[in-house]
Amino acid sequence: MLGKLSLSAIPYDKPIVMGAVSSALLLAMVILALITYYRKWTYLWQEWLTSLDHKKIGIMYIILALVMLLRGFSDAILMRSQQAVAVGASQGYLPPEHFNQIFSAHGTIMIVFMAMPFLVGLMNIVVPQQIGARDVAFPFLNSISFWLTTAGALLVMVSLGVGEFSKAGWSGYAPLTEKQYSPSTGVDYWIWAFQIAGIGSLMSGINFLVTILRMRAPGMTLMRMPMFVWTTFFTNVLMIFAFPVLTVALALVALDRYLGMHFFTNTLGGNVMMYANLFWIWGHPEVYIVILPAFGVFSEVVATFSGKRLFGYTSLVYATAAIMVLSFSVWVHHFFTMGAGPDVNIFFGITTMMIAIPTGVKVFNWLFTMYRGRIRFTTPMYWTLGFLTTFVIGGMTGVLMSVPPADYVLHNSLFLIAHFHNVLIPGSLFGFFAGYAYWFPKAVGFRLNEDWGKRAFWCWLIGFYLAFMPLYVLGFMGMPRRMEHYANPAWQPYLVIAAGGAAVILLGIIFQMVQLAVSIKDRRATRDLTGDPWNGRTLEWTTSSPPAVYNFARIPVVRDIDALTDMKEKGVAFTQSDQYHDIPMPKNTGKGFIIGVLNFILGFAMVWYIWWLALLSALSILLMVIARSADDDTHYLVPAEEVARIETQRYRSAPPTTAD
Amino acid sequence: MILFDPKGPIGNDERFLIIAAIVLMLIVVVPAMVMAIWFALRYRASNTKATYMPKWSYSAKIHLVVWLVPVAIVTVLGYLAWSRTHRLDPYKPIDSGVRPISIEAVSLDWKWLFIYPERNIATVNQLVFPANVPLSFRITSDTVMTSFFIPQLGSQIYAMAGMQTRLHLMADEPGVYYGQNQQFSGRGFSDMHFKAIAISLEEFEAWLQRAKEAPDKLDWARFKELAKPSVGHPVTTFSSVQPDLFDHIIDKYTRKQVNPSAMSKESGAARAKPRDSEDS
Repeated sequence: MLGKLSLSAIPYDKPIVMGAVSSALLLAMVILALITYYRKWTYLWQEWLTSLDHKKIGIMYIILALVMLLRGFSDAILMRSQQAVAVGASQGYLPPEHFNQIFSAHGTIMIVFMAMPFLVGLMNIVVPQQIGARDVAFPFLNSISFWLTTAGALLVMVSLGVGEFSKAGWSGYAPLTEKQYSPSTGVDYWIWAFQIAGIGSLMSGINFLVTILRMRAPGMTLMRMPMFVWTTFFTNVLMIFAFPVLTVALALVALDRYLGMHFFTNTLGGNVMMYANLFWIWGHPEVYIVILPAFGVFSEVVATFSGKRLFGYTSLVYATAAIMVLSFSVWVHHFFTMGAGPDVNIFFGITTMMIAIPTGVKVFNWLFTMYRGRIRFTTPMYWTLGFLTTFVIGGMTGVLMSVPPADYVLHNSLFLIAHFHNVLIPGSLFGFFAGYAYWFPKAVGFRLNEDWGKRAFWCWLIGFYLAFMPLYVLGFMGMPRRMEHYANPAWQPYLVIAAGGAAVILLGIIFQMVQLAVSIKDRRATRDLTGDPWNGRTLEWTTSSPPAVYNFARIPVVRDIDALTDMKEKGVAFTQSDQYHDIPMPKNTGKGFIIGVLNFILGFAMVWYIWWLALLSALSILLMVIARSADDDTHYLVPAEEVARIETQRYRSAPPTTAD
Repeated sequence: MILFDPKGPIGNDERFLIIAAIVLMLIVVVPAMVMAIWFALRYRASNTKATYMPKWSYSAKIHLVVWLVPVAIVTVLGYLAWSRTHRLDPYKPIDSGVRPISIEAVSLDWKWLFIYPERNIATVNQLVFPANVPLSFRITSDTVMTSFFIPQLGSQIYAMAGMQTRLHLMADEPGVYYGQNQQFSGRGFSDMHFKAIAISLEEFEAWLQRAKEAPDKLDWARFKELAKPSVGHPVTTFSSVQPDLFDHIIDKYTRKQVNPSAMSKESGAARAKPRDSEDS
C-alpha cells in the first residue's frame, strides 16, 4: 500500500537532521497559524496561489528563491564548519552519510531551486513591463512552471525528514547513482525533484521566448530591446535547447533504477561516460542560463545609475549571442581527465577560452558605460561594482582551467570549487541581488533600505573573498573537493579562514533579513508614488509601482533603445491618456497550483514505489490539463471606466513629473 | 602549495603552463579591475568637475581594443595550450631513455590496488617506485568512476570499470608523495588515499625482494575478497599475482555476460587499443 515507505524512513536517531526538520516544521506551523489567525487564507488563495498575473508569479518565484537560499546556505555553513574541524583523527561532527547528502543538496538547491527561481522571478516581474506587454504569452503555463518548480523544491525539503537525499553529488555521476551503488531513496528524490523542476524551467523558456518575440510594444524592434530582455531571450533559447537533454538523461537514470535497464551501468553495455556527456551538455549551457540574466541586470543598473546610455549596445547583443552559441560547444571541459585524446581535449579547451572574449567585451562595455557618467552609489550599483571587480578573477581562473594540462592537476580540487563560486556568486547571485534591490520598488511599491542593503553587500563581498580565496590555495595544495575529513594538517588553517568567510556571509544574509524587515516597517516613508524611483531609462518605470494588473493602460510606442529617457526628453513621459479601452486579462485559476500539488505527489509516490498513487496522480495531472484545455472562459474584461478610475487615482497621488 | 613544487617532468610543465596562463590573463584582468575602481571614483555623481556625456555610447577605437586584445591573448594562450596538450597527453610515454616500469592501478571501494605485472607482485594503498624511471600506468576501476592522482607528479586520469585509461608519470627525486582519488566515489572517499614512495633504483630492487617474501598471494578469490567495500584498508603486499588479473577485472564488465554486446566492447578495453600502440 505504501511501497517502501514506513516509519523507519524518519531519521529519529540523527539529532542534527531532526533539529533541522523540527525547526522547519515549527516555522511552517507558525506561518500557517498566522495566516489562519489573520484570516488570510481566502486572500492568499484568490490573490496569490491562483494568480496568473506575471508580477505576482514573479514575486512568488523570488520568495521561493530566497527561502531556498537559506536552506542551501545552511548546507554551506555545515560543510565549511565540518571541514574546519575534521582533520587527522578528528572526524568532525558529520558522518559521511550526512555530509555527502549535504553537498549534494547544496549544489542541487543552489542551482535548481535558488538561481533558477530567482532569475525566472526577475524575468516574470520585468520582461513584460520592459517590452510594453500586459502579460506573458501563456499566463497559465507560467503558473504551472512556478508550481512545478515549487513541487520540486518541496520534494528536496521533504527528503530531509522522510528518507534521505542523494549522496552522489548534485551532478549525480553514473554509476554511483545506479541502484548497485546507491540502493536507497536518496537518488530517487534527486531525480524527481530535478526532473519536475526542469520541466517547469523548460516551459518558462518557451513562454518567455514567445513573449519576447510576439508581444513587444509597437516600435520596439529587436535592436531597441532593453539589454535585460536580450539576455533573457538568449537564456530562453538555452533553456529550450538544453533542458530536454537533462530531462532525457534523468529519465534514463530513472529507467536504470526503476526498470533495471543499463544505460549508465558498468555492466551489460552501459556507458558511464555517456551520462557525463549528457549531463554537461545541459550543465554547461545551464551556467549561462543562470548568468546571462544577471548580466542583463548589470547592464540595466549600470546605465541607470551612471545616468548614461549603455556603452556598445550592439556589441553587447552580439557578444551575448556569441556566448549563447559557444556555450553548447564546451561541455567536455568538465571531464578533460576522462581519457579523451589531445585533439578532442584541445578543441573543447579552445572553444572554452573563446567564450572569454565576448565575456571580456561585456565587462569593458559596462566599464565604459560608467566612463563619463554621473554615478549614483545605490545598493544595486554596489552589487554591480562588486561584480565587476570580483568576477574577472573567476573568469581568469576559468580560462586557466580551460587549458587541458592545467585542468589535469586542478580538476575536482577545491580550486574548481573556488572558480565556479567565483563566477556564480559575483556573476549570478550579485546580479540577482542587484535586480532584487533595483526592481523591488516596482514590484511592491516601496524602496528597500539602502543602509542595510550596503551593509549586507560589504558582508557578502568580504565574506566571499574570505570563504573562497583560501579554496584556490587549497586547490594548489592538492585538496580534492567533497572531503568529509582529511589527513593533511597543512590544509586546516585555510579551511578555518574559509569557515570564517561563511560566517561573514551569514552576517550579510542576516542584514538582508533586517533590511527587508526595516523596509517593510518604513514603507510609508519610502513609498514610490511616481513609478520611477531611480530616474530609469526603460518602459517598466512608466507604470505605477506596483503596476496595475494590466501594466499599461495604453500600450506605449517605442522610439529609442532607452524608451523612457527618450520620452522624458520629448516631454511625453508620464502623461495621462484621456481615452481608455476595455482590457482583457487572464482569469485566475487554481489548476496550476493543483497540477503542482499533483506533481509533488507523483514525485513522492515514485520515490517510495507507491505505484497506485503515482498512477492516480499522473492521471489526475492529465485530467487537469484536459479540463483546462476545454475551458474557453479564461479571460475577463477590465472595463474602461475601471481603468480610467485607476489611472486617475495614480496621477492624482503622484503628479507626473519628468524628473531631472 | 605542492602544485608549485612539482617533483617530476609532467608536473613541471604543468606548473609552467599555469603560471604562463595567469600572467597572460593579467594583461586584461588588472586593467579591468583598476578601471572599475577608477571610473567609479572619478565619475561619482558628487564630482561635478568630471566630464558628463550622457549620450556617448560608441567608440570604434575602444571597440577595436576590447575585442582585439582578448582575441590576441586567447590566440597566444590557445597556441600554448594546443602544443602542451599534445606534449602532456597522459597517454604519451615519457621520453627519458630509461625503460619504463609498468604499473596497473585498480580503484576499489575505497582503496587502490597496484599491480607490478613485470615483477608479478602487488600492493594495496601504497605505491613504491624508483625515481628517475618513467612509470607507465594502466588504470581501471572495479567500482564507480574515480580519479587517480598524485598531485606532485602531475596529471590525474579517471578510472572506469570495464575500461582502461593510461597515464605516464615520473619522479625526479626520491620522496614520499601523496596520492589520492580525486573524484568523489561514495562513503569511504575521504580515506581513499595512499603514499607514493619514490626511492632509488637499488632501494627499489631491495623492496621488490622483500615484497617477494610477503605471505599474501593475490589470486581471483583473494581479489574478490579485497574488492569488497572497506574503508582505511591497511597497506598490504602480495608476493604473487594471478596472471592477467588486470585484464580479467576489465573483462568482468565487457566479456563474460549473459548477453554479450558489441557496444560494451567498443566502449571498453578496445577503446584504448589503438592508442596503446604508441606505447610499445
